[in-house]
Amino acid sequence: MLRFLLQRGGQALIAVFGVVTLVFFIQRITGDPTALLLPETATQADIEAMRATLGLDRPLLAQYINFLGDMAHFDLGRSFVQNASVEEIIVSRIPETLQLAAGALVVALLIGLPLGLLMALTKGRFISRWIMGIVLACQSMPTFWSGIMMILVFGVWLRWLPSSGTGTLSHLIMPSIALGLLSLATYARITRSAVVDEMGKDYVRSALARGVGTKRLVTKHLMRNSLIPIISITALELSQLLAGAVIVETVFAWPGLGLLTVQSIAARDFVVVQAVVLLGAFVTIFANLAADILYSIVDPRVRLSV
Amino acid sequence: MLKKAKNYKPWLSAAFYWWPISLLTLLLFFAIFGSWIAPFDPDRQNLLARLKDPGFEARGAVYWLGSDELGRDVLSRVIHGAKVSISVAFLSVILSGSVGVAVGMAAGYLRGWSETILMRLVDIFLSIPAILLAIITVAVLGPGFINVILVLSLTRWPRYARVAYGQTLTIANRPYVTLAHAMGASAPRILVMHILPNIVGPLLVVATLEFGLMVLFEAGLSFLGLGVQPPTASWGSMLSTGRNYVGSAWWIATFPGLALFLLVLSANLIGDRLSDRIGKGHG
Repeated sequence: MLRFLLQRGGQALIAVFGVVTLVFFIQRITGDPTALLLPETATQADIEAMRATLGLDRPLLAQYINFLGDMAHFDLGRSFVQNASVEEIIVSRIPETLQLAAGALVVALLIGLPLGLLMALTKGRFISRWIMGIVLACQSMPTFWSGIMMILVFGVWLRWLPSSGTGTLSHLIMPSIALGLLSLATYARITRSAVVDEMGKDYVRSALARGVGTKRLVTKHLMRNSLIPIISITALELSQLLAGAVIVETVFAWPGLGLLTVQSIAARDFVVVQAVVLLGAFVTIFANLAADILYSIVDPRVRLSV
Repeated sequence: MLKKAKNYKPWLSAAFYWWPISLLTLLLFFAIFGSWIAPFDPDRQNLLARLKDPGFEARGAVYWLGSDELGRDVLSRVIHGAKVSISVAFLSVILSGSVGVAVGMAAGYLRGWSETILMRLVDIFLSIPAILLAIITVAVLGPGFINVILVLSLTRWPRYARVAYGQTLTIANRPYVTLAHAMGASAPRILVMHILPNIVGPLLVVATLEFGLMVLFEAGLSFLGLGVQPPTASWGSMLSTGRNYVGSAWWIATFPGLALFLLVLSANLIGDRLSDRIGKGHG
């Protein structure tokens, strides 16, 4: 187990290092990133000061090592536009995005799991293909369109729900659905294939032969054994939700990390954009690591394959 | 799954099969012949006909899907928007596919150090959520048609690399590959002549599904103002305008979004059907 943990942990660290490197070099594609890091109103003196801070007069390798050092200290820099440390700015937005992601996850699980199960149980019948059609429709739905259409119907025409902003539970409903649709499709598909796999196994056949009813078969046997892939996909979905939040938050003026990213691009506040991208990558890497470890606890065979 | 499903009428199944293909063909037709089909010049403004309802008539010309905040015809802009969506998606699938397949096949065939380095690189790219990677890169490079294609390819090549790598690993040990090697065929020749034709099926499935995703990404970037720049009609930027007028002019956001949805849906349906036929291997 220790060997497994060390190996997976080491891989995660390499990935973190790689992501930091990638983000550094992407910013250097155009050569001089000073213009990106300063607002358009910056004076020549600001530009010179920024150049000195970044050490742009030094060789690329030295700049890179400097950047790595900052990252190792979790020093994300300072936003010139908002005149605050990037860390503060980001931390203040995290709760909003977490709320939205949690809402989306609830929507995805509550609808996705039953749909997937139903598809598996009706496999080969026409109804299964219709459900698959619905799932594919959810997967093909641009979040910004489904969001705007919901605003149109429930916000403007019916006036049931507020069309933007935050604060109450009713504000959370539409953004959660818009963001959750894509994950819903993923959950439905994963559940379907997991349950179909389980259905072919001997223990299900013997349970059926013993006269176990459908309800009991599903709750006691099928769902329980299909949960592992469903749990592990949640790790991946977390990073999808964070990325999807960029668009959903823009549509609903939801003041989370996504809206922050878009506003920061418009304001040329690039240090903030960079921090959000790094955060997104780290969440992905560590969620995968956590899923791997959980998986190995649930199913010890995984450890042997290292 | 499909082989067993015979208890419904064959014409329904055929309809299921053909409508995504016909829809895709129609949109492709729009993309190519848009300038001839569209009733108006998509960029022509008419400030006297701003925000008019679908079906509005002015001097004998009908705005079938209404007009936007500058009096431009929404139908003509939707038709012209197909060009941007389809060409960006198509070109980025080709570019990211070629790079990804080359990397994946090289890693799977050469093994050893190049395998480790290349596949680690793939893992690193995959650990940054694609849309965030696209956003940061476009913010650096600046928006525009070519840059959007480059950025989308940069973010998506690892997906093909993964599939090509896995497929190459299984094919590379087949006797005919060993035989070709023994007969003195070079590595590039083996990869192109012997391995590629045998892994092209699963790659095609990935490419079809990726096409839908690329359409969504392009529209997403345009929606955020990072895609193809105005006044060029793109569905994403039309939706972004439509968001601001959702209370007064619902048609501005509704129709480009519908076109977008149908395009992505038909690509996904075709991809899904292909993967049922060709078998698994994408992932």
